[in-house]
Amino acid sequence: MYRYDEFDAAIVKERVAQFREQVERRLAGEISEDEFKPLRLMNGLYLQLHAYMLRVAIPYGVVSSRQLRRLAHVARVYDKGYAHFTTRQNIQYNWPTLVDAPAILDDLAEVEMHAIQTSGNCIRNVTSDQYAGAVAGEVEDPRVWCEIIRQWSTFHPEFSYLPRKFKIAVTASENDRAAVRVHDIGLRILEKDGETGFEVIVGGGLGRTPYIGVTIRDFLPKDRLLSYLEAILRVYNRFGRRDNKYKARIKILVNALGPEEFTRLVEEEWAASDGLGLDLPPAEAARIKTYFAPPAFADLPAESAAFDKALADDADFARWVRTNVVPHKVAGYSIANISLKPVGAAPGDVTDAQLEAIADIAERYSFDEARATHEQNLCLPHVRKDDLYAVWKDLVAAGLATANMALASDIIACPGLDYCALANARSIPLAEELAARFSASGLEETWGELKIKISGCINACGHHHVGHIGVLGVDKKGEEFYQILLGGSAAEDASLAVITGRALSAAETLDAVERVVRFYQDERRDGERFLDSYRRIGIAAFKEVIYDDAHV
Amino acid sequence: MTTLTFKGGEFVELERRDQEIAFEDWANGARPSESSDGAAALVLSNDADLDAIGPDLHRLAAVILQFPDFKDGRAYSQARLLRDRYGFKGQIVARGDVLCDQALFMVRSGFTVLEIGERDVAAFHRALGAFSHFYQSGADGSWSVFHERAKARAAA
Repeated sequence: MYRYDEFDAAIVKERVAQFREQVERRLAGEISEDEFKPLRLMNGLYLQLHAYMLRVAIPYGVVSSRQLRRLAHVARVYDKGYAHFTTRQNIQYNWPTLVDAPAILDDLAEVEMHAIQTSGNCIRNVTSDQYAGAVAGEVEDPRVWCEIIRQWSTFHPEFSYLPRKFKIAVTASENDRAAVRVHDIGLRILEKDGETGFEVIVGGGLGRTPYIGVTIRDFLPKDRLLSYLEAILRVYNRFGRRDNKYKARIKILVNALGPEEFTRLVEEEWAASDGLGLDLPPAEAARIKTYFAPPAFADLPAESAAFDKALADDADFARWVRTNVVPHKVAGYSIANISLKPVGAAPGDVTDAQLEAIADIAERYSFDEARATHEQNLCLPHVRKDDLYAVWKDLVAAGLATANMALASDIIACPGLDYCALANARSIPLAEELAARFSASGLEETWGELKIKISGCINACGHHHVGHIGVLGVDKKGEEFYQILLGGSAAEDASLAVITGRALSAAETLDAVERVVRFYQDERRDGERFLDSYRRIGIAAFKEVIYDDAHV
Repeated sequence: MTTLTFKGGEFVELERRDQEIAFEDWANGARPSESSDGAAALVLSNDADLDAIGPDLHRLAAVILQFPDFKDGRAYSQARLLRDRYGFKGQIVARGDVLCDQALFMVRSGFTVLEIGERDVAAFHRALGAFSHFYQSGADGSWSVFHERAKARAAA
């Protein structure tokens, strides 16, 4: 993984010193909360319902054992002993104090971590495929380009006060695990005539007005990436709306101008900035690439007798392997997913002890590395098949062996009204109850991939627009109600979910979602996924199931 | 009103006495008189089209760009365009909600004059010196870390 050199280290250290001084000025009353707010947000510090919340960046989801231990330390010392993984491969602490924030950042800087640009109207933490460098079929390791973007976007003088937040995701795989079509900019690395470059997708996003992004360039030579990003950001910074924060994202600009006109403006801007030296010096790309060289994989046989024996002997292990383990590109290795969606707990939550357990397992069995996923889970990217049984037993001991990756109980949910000042309704209790029901059904493995995503308000932090089943919390005269949406996907077959009808109470919603899944089970053909059944059958039949008065 | 002006490698307090020309007047043909050449400043709103300034840009001593609210970052792009695209060599003045916490972004985008009102000068000096390295090349001539690394490698 990437390691800071003297420049990176100096910049992060200077940022902590700058923020400490800004906090001191705020505490002394020298600056107003209005002036301070963008400063703290640009350092990931939110004021939530009950307390401050600190969002720490895990750039493109890559985290070392040493860093995991430090995250555990922060949870223990400055929080209530736990932390929360987000849908953007970040980690959040819900109970730090403003006074402690600089000390937390000092602790993080020591292990090459920071909270820079995890919020605010700037370029946010760049996200990527959690299987990068481990899965077969990648054109190139996307993390190299993520790190380049991370550096380029850090304290960018022109683009730190954009109309609104700005999210970039990169994938290098046909199987899009980075949701590139629902980001402000999505980059898909591809190869054309022996050259590597990017498909550039702009204007996707969720929130109040969801859009699937449009491709504005089929192929951008990879060494021109930064100048092209500059051109897009400049067009957005100049022409994006600033009069209404709900219409300020780039997706609104792209759609107001039309994709053709937007593309024309970007291409014109790009052509005009040619020769200014905005692109990365080739030697720098090569330097950064060396950090992402494959670890020292052993020469192993594809099959492992120890693994096969454990599979045969231990049904629980076998079940976990079926749901949570995916093939690695190197013979004898696997990618092991750690679900952070155990039944009865808040999605994405981990304790300090669990973080340390993951650190130990990653250190011993996965070249010192874990990954955060955009679905609030973790994965161990490089585990020997020979070691999988031992890894699983360690995960069981830490309460981290839930076997439900991508299944119905692997639910994404935002913090909701339990924590968030913006929410209309609670998300976590709904997620917990649905997970409990589907898990208890004993059927979820037979259904296969079924993505349920729950947001507590229209800001859509729980990505309900791209859930196979989405649930959206709404406020009805001060009471919590929920809309059910169907048919969304954030993967390569991206689509937006459709609202099925009027909102229901929490109890009605739980029953309706359960009926929807039972209906799918009755109607599915040839083992098709929920999403495929839905697309085949159409919304009408599902609506009847949801609003069947005999049931409600 | 305190005005910090970049001069001789640092920001110093300096009175400015430009003849200010509103953009509407400029668009209607108003130009600095030949005798006052070099002391005129064009005042632009932050959504002004820089192309409309036309070829007489070089006759201006300064362009004044606006921060109606410090959270509105459009003037950063205008400054950058004035330097990079239009080759403007005069002063670029930041006017409006000019706070120390954005000062470094301004300077790195090409601003050379900050109208800081009654705000604390020392705070601006501290803020301008907060970082010793940057990941982007600045309009102020600062090199990006990417280039610094290349230079360090070449020297090694």
